[in-house]
Amino acid sequence: MEQFSGRVWVLGDDIDTDIIIPTEYLALKTIEDMKQYGFSPLRPELAGQIKKGDMIVAGKNFGCGSSREQAPEVIKALGIRCIVAKSFARIFFRNSINNGLLLIEQPDLYDRIEEGQEITVTVNRDIVFDGKSYPIAALPDNLVEIINAGGLVKAMQRRNGLAG
Amino acid sequence: MGQTIIEKIISHNTGRASVKPGDIVTVFPDRVMLDDIMIPFIVDKFHEMGFEKVWDPEKVVLIYDHLVPASQQDDIRHYRAGDEFARTYGIPNVHRSDGICHQLMTEAGYVKPGHVVFGTDSHTTTYGCVGAFSTGIGYTEMAAILGTGSLWVKVPETIRVVIEGELAPNVMSKDVILRIIGDLGADGATYRALEFTGSGVESMTVSSRMTMANMAIEAGAKCALFTPDEKTARYCETELDGFQKSLTGDEDAGYCRVMTYRGEDFVPVMACPSQVDKIRDISQLEGTVIDQVFIGSCTNGRLEDLEAAARVLEGRKVAPYVRLIVTPASRKIYEEAAARGILKTLAQAGAVITHPGCGLCCGRTGGILCDGERVVATNNRNFLGRMGTSKVEIYLASPMAAAACAAAGKIVSP
Repeated sequence: MEQFSGRVWVLGDDIDTDIIIPTEYLALKTIEDMKQYGFSPLRPELAGQIKKGDMIVAGKNFGCGSSREQAPEVIKALGIRCIVAKSFARIFFRNSINNGLLLIEQPDLYDRIEEGQEITVTVNRDIVFDGKSYPIAALPDNLVEIINAGGLVKAMQRRNGLAG
Repeated sequence: MGQTIIEKIISHNTGRASVKPGDIVTVFPDRVMLDDIMIPFIVDKFHEMGFEKVWDPEKVVLIYDHLVPASQQDDIRHYRAGDEFARTYGIPNVHRSDGICHQLMTEAGYVKPGHVVFGTDSHTTTYGCVGAFSTGIGYTEMAAILGTGSLWVKVPETIRVVIEGELAPNVMSKDVILRIIGDLGADGATYRALEFTGSGVESMTVSSRMTMANMAIEAGAKCALFTPDEKTARYCETELDGFQKSLTGDEDAGYCRVMTYRGEDFVPVMACPSQVDKIRDISQLEGTVIDQVFIGSCTNGRLEDLEAAARVLEGRKVAPYVRLIVTPASRKIYEEAAARGILKTLAQAGAVITHPGCGLCCGRTGGILCDGERVVATNNRNFLGRMGTSKVEIYLASPMAAAACAAAGKIVSP
């Protein structure tokens, strides 16, 4: 089973998509242009501090608000490996899966962890923090298919006879 | 066992006798809506996926609204991408400056009761006002629909909201949905459908229902549904067929929750900074000094909203230090409000009347605010930074309440 470790950034409840990437930057040409503004209304310095392989731990309803797919794309472009939250908003959830950004629902970790601490994630099994195991659920089959294909674009390319 | 409205629509769309919450099914949209901000991203993904044609160009609607008129030179790139895509693939429905997407989709007749509709904006839930299953998706999924004509969905559980009785004269449907969002919480309906019913809902106009369906997403809902009735049929300029008439929630359907309200118990409320579910009675907020008032958006920029504001402001002036900005939701509404003298009344009271569009509601143009300012607004989100900087305080309210605040220069009850 896929396993990885990294340090976490801790955000709160109801982190909305306007916080993740404000509307005024949505029409920039590329996600690379946008990513420096990630989380700017809440923590303007955060985008510059995130390192590849870091993870986000948050409270309930992460990604609520608009349908902007730039939100998960910006988070992925900043190098975030996965997001662990108490719950996710539904459009953000679909958009993340379609872009191959791993989201994990876990009810207890957020209340116990502090920013900068390290976790080890074993996909579809658990998160280990401070020697304790926090169980996580497996994703439904149809979502696993999309992730295994490498995201929805790749799944469609395969359907259309492009790429392997 | 009976079915909820969303279960009936999905069953019909997929040709099944019935579906149940949790089922994962493939649906075939009757319409899709693409808004200007997302169009270049959709086009790129569509090509990257290797599609060569659009599955059914007649079912595709392109609407330029967030970036109209352009506030930055690069905005034009979005119109050009849309125009070129429409030309290449033969898409006949392109609205370049007719108003806000969610207003146009029902107003221009694209959405009918019982339809399945996806749009690249979260407030696509709005079309539930005519009994359609409509919800927001991202640009990658939209690109996949344009190529395949289908999308997977999980059949949601349904929360039934029953409202019996009449609203007080100073209460609008905005106050009703804000109260319900406060009771549910910003994630209280996540992955679920809301179904509104009862005499309090039956007596509402389609426009008032639209406000409620529009804001369902603020409680996390996948969609919000009203039973199509005679008002719906008139609004949609159609006669309801047997399927459309059947779109009521059955008494023995499986609801995950039932919430019951009495119409007369609703009072004017506001969503306070910076959470949509932080609902307070206006009576608790009175006296708070404000800098600006905004009346408009896909939530509350319709004729009845402008009319309600004009009734409050007739013969009065906006407080001298308050900026009042009014944005009709569509060109048609703009023209009707002009013809009825509503715009004149508002202008005489001191309002700036802007072109139809999304500008201020999404914090891009047309009256954005600066640090330390406070605005009473009729739109749907008071998130940090939504209408300017992250140090702007946004209070969400009904058009009637917003107009009363504009005249008073502070928060007051309508």
